[in-house]
Amino acid sequence: MPSHLLLLVLFAFFVSLVFAVIAKDDGWEQFRFGGMMFGGFLASAVAIGWLMYPFPL
Amino acid sequence: MCASAAKQTRSGRLVLLCLASWALPGAGHLWLGRRSKGLIFLAALPLMFATGLAVHGRLFPFDLSEPLVGMAAAADLGIGLTYFLAGALGYGIGDVRVATYEYGNAFLIVAGLLNLLVIVDVYDVAMGRK
Repeated sequence: MPSHLLLLVLFAFFVSLVFAVIAKDDGWEQFRFGGMMFGGFLASAVAIGWLMYPFPL
Repeated sequence: MCASAAKQTRSGRLVLLCLASWALPGAGHLWLGRRSKGLIFLAALPLMFATGLAVHGRLFPFDLSEPLVGMAAAADLGIGLTYFLAGALGYGIGDVRVATYEYGNAFLIVAGLLNLLVIVDVYDVAMGRK
């Protein structure tokens, strides 16, 4: 499984799922909270990736 | 006297509940009748741990001379019996040359830490706080 993006998406999915199920009891609330968290993970990863783009290793 | 015995029984049950939840993610919720939550934890956390193993993450040893390694080992252990099962089957050796090694470690460590949160949640449910 060499795809870094796939691993990032999987990681965000698992963490969002568990946090949503812990934090909320209602199914719709879990879906909403988990979806927002998942989207936040992905958006922040892409944003931080682009912010790091100009910096050399 | 009777109240004290009841309190002790309740404490014993709480300890058993937390131990069950640690050993098998979601077992505590299933025990308390929260079937959907328990099944989600039972599926998601071992799967996340297995993904970490599949991408060559390492099960860290309890090396207290290296504090970060020791803490990573404690976090890995949070997943419960799966940790020992994976070790016994020869998984979790880790290969630092593989590009996904650090991803694997993140999956393994976070799966263990999330299970610790699940244990705290089951404790709260058992205490009637949720």
